Amino acid sequence: MIRRLPHVDRVGIEERAAVLGKRSIKTTAKQQGIRLAVSTVDLTTLEGADTAGKVRHLCAKAVCPAPTMPEVPSCAAVCVYPSLVGVARDALAGTGVKAASVATAFPSGQASLEVKLRDTEDAVAAGADEIDMVISREAFLAGDDHRVMEEIVRVKEACGDAHLKVIIETAELGSYDHVRHASMISMEAGADFIKTSTGKAASGATPGVVLVMLEAIRDYAERSGRAVGMKAAGGVSTSKAALHRLVLVKETLGDEWLTPDRFRFGASSLLNDLLMQYQKTQTGRYARPEDFSKE
Amino acid sequence: MTMPETRTRIVWDYAPAPESPDHVRLRDSYGLFIDGDFRDPVDGTRVPTLNPATEGPVAEVAFAGPGDLRRAVEAARRAQPAWAALSGLERGKYLFRIARLIQERARELAIVESMDGGKPVRESRDVDVPLAAAHFFYYAGWADKLSYGVGGRSVEPLGVAAQIVPWNFPLLMAAWKLAPALACGNTSVLKPAETTPLTALMLAEILQEAELPPGVVNIVPGLGAAGAALVRQPDIDKVAFTGSTAVGKDIQAALAGRGVPLTLELGGKSANIVFEDAALDQAVEGIVNGIFFNQGHVCCAGSRLLIQESVADTVIGKLWERMGRLRVGDPLDKNTDVGAINSREQLERIRSLVSAGEEEGAVRRTVDCELPERGWWFAPTIFTEVAPAHRIAVEEIFGPVVSVTTFRTQAEAIEKANNSTYGLAAGIWTDKGAKAFEVARALRAGVVWQNTYNHFDPTAAFGGYKESGFGREGGPAGLRPYLRVS
Repeated sequence: MIRRLPHVDRVGIEERAAVLGKRSIKTTAKQQGIRLAVSTVDLTTLEGADTAGKVRHLCAKAVCPAPTMPEVPSCAAVCVYPSLVGVARDALAGTGVKAASVATAFPSGQASLEVKLRDTEDAVAAGADEIDMVISREAFLAGDDHRVMEEIVRVKEACGDAHLKVIIETAELGSYDHVRHASMISMEAGADFIKTSTGKAASGATPGVVLVMLEAIRDYAERSGRAVGMKAAGGVSTSKAALHRLVLVKETLGDEWLTPDRFRFGASSLLNDLLMQYQKTQTGRYARPEDFSKE
Repeated sequence: MTMPETRTRIVWDYAPAPESPDHVRLRDSYGLFIDGDFRDPVDGTRVPTLNPATEGPVAEVAFAGPGDLRRAVEAARRAQPAWAALSGLERGKYLFRIARLIQERARELAIVESMDGGKPVRESRDVDVPLAAAHFFYYAGWADKLSYGVGGRSVEPLGVAAQIVPWNFPLLMAAWKLAPALACGNTSVLKPAETTPLTALMLAEILQEAELPPGVVNIVPGLGAAGAALVRQPDIDKVAFTGSTAVGKDIQAALAGRGVPLTLELGGKSANIVFEDAALDQAVEGIVNGIFFNQGHVCCAGSRLLIQESVADTVIGKLWERMGRLRVGDPLDKNTDVGAINSREQLERIRSLVSAGEEEGAVRRTVDCELPERGWWFAPTIFTEVAPAHRIAVEEIFGPVVSVTTFRTQAEAIEKANNSTYGLAAGIWTDKGAKAFEVARALRAGVVWQNTYNHFDPTAAFGGYKESGFGREGGPAGLRPYLRVS
């Protein structure tokens, strides 16, 4: 039944995404757009070399991205590995910024379901407000939709009150049809957000991929009445690219989706470009990268 | 340290992003471009040309009288032998130069096209002007290879061509006419449409800058009557007309028995066919592009939407939702999707056909969007439950109005699509390659698009079946109407 989803035409979807990239976002629209983008950033560090110290620095940055420009809002969340989520939770306590953790044998997802569930439970127990899981691409590409779905359902149960973002890792799926299909499976299985990428694959939240997922969210909401969020992660590192993604959201799902409750950027270097571009709209001059702290 | 204020909702709207007309070098008044220079009309008039978005004048333009037309044809006649005697290589150089100058003045041309005609500047900037340049580039390349374009036979130019273009793509249609005519060694008298003469007159300035020999191209704006008089001039060798079917028939009658070859590119009521196996979201984009592009002022607009019944509700639902997101308004705003209706007269025509649709019992839905107070506007509109006999299913509306009918089988789709006096274009939306080719072969339409719509390219032939006209423009086929082949 589910494999009879409507197809996606590659040329058509990329053309539409490109046209929306030509919207002219200037002056006040640019300022507001950048502020909105900052408020939706999941500031992320997912390195083997991450330490408690680095995570604390990142949390401070997420809470107050630009001390000299207080009108720039806090980010939405800080996203880390499960072992550091306790540090993030403590550093973010009382700030309104969420602690998010990747889980389920991130980024490959190549582990048993038991290990994935345990991974999720650990992160939740350590205080994660949000869990970013990966789907099993191994099962998806082998055609086993049932297993993909079942894993999401079980992980969702393990999340308890924590919000679940489901990463479909678009770069590994091979086609827009698969991107749409994986999005639908994830939403049917209970995802609160669907997310493009781990950030570890060759490409990420390209305009075409984002648009396909947004259209899937729109169709799912229409059918089920449930609003699922979108997280664009991987490859969005400039303000221009971020504003392009926001235009895609605005003109596909509407203004109701332009809030951190329903849209997120997963990013690390994007934040500083947003701050530089924001400052430029204030001062008329381009800032230097070293004007803003790296973390 | 002040902590950022976090959880207020940030509202995000696009700020107005108007193109500034400040740098546009527009004259207050334009004469007739005859024999290489702008000249006062001898028996014509001077009239203001209006901006459909404001109803205010943009510039004053001379309209040609009978004596002016005669002078223009004489100038073209005098210039023709020397132009034809130039080597193809040399003629090609002029065309390359014109193409490059169009690119250099692209921004100005786009703005003036939108001011004079009402189309969104996004379209004039991304479609009209670049395609106009592309046509000159394309036929510049053919100028020294003409006989290869007709299977190696020997060729001669026809002589003086009378060319009449419509108001929906003023500069682009001028390019479609002039580029092949000049490449083949003809000279031209071009009549732009009365409501949109400005970019053709800017093109005249470009021709001067390119040092095109005087008389090779003459540009004489005027009313429909001037066009009728032009095709009746005794000393012309070719007529090419793009416009309404009624005028096309009048021209054909006027030329009967005169041995003057004719190319007609006329109206249409093109079918856009959506099969149940199509990529539906992209089909919806194609429907929008097919009918709301240039406010539906497109001869090949996909104005008859045929949807397979099993997906009709889904597609109409998606289409209606998408129509609500179209940004209607100031043509000069870079974020505008649908601009102003070209003239008061055209607006009246759209209104009258739309009321006819309502009276005949089709179900009308019009997008509830804010329209500017001044200017001529029509909000995007869809008719469902349209019967094939309704006027809105038969007549060309030439506005942002789409009529939807359903079908059950492939055979029924073909039958309904072909059930028209017109045959200009068609669209097919399906994921199945074999089906697309099968249907395309069965359709009596000059252009058939698969999984896209309103895509134009200088290398592809464009033209109609039945009352949509005859002769082809674009591609090697576009050389043929301007050559005597022996």
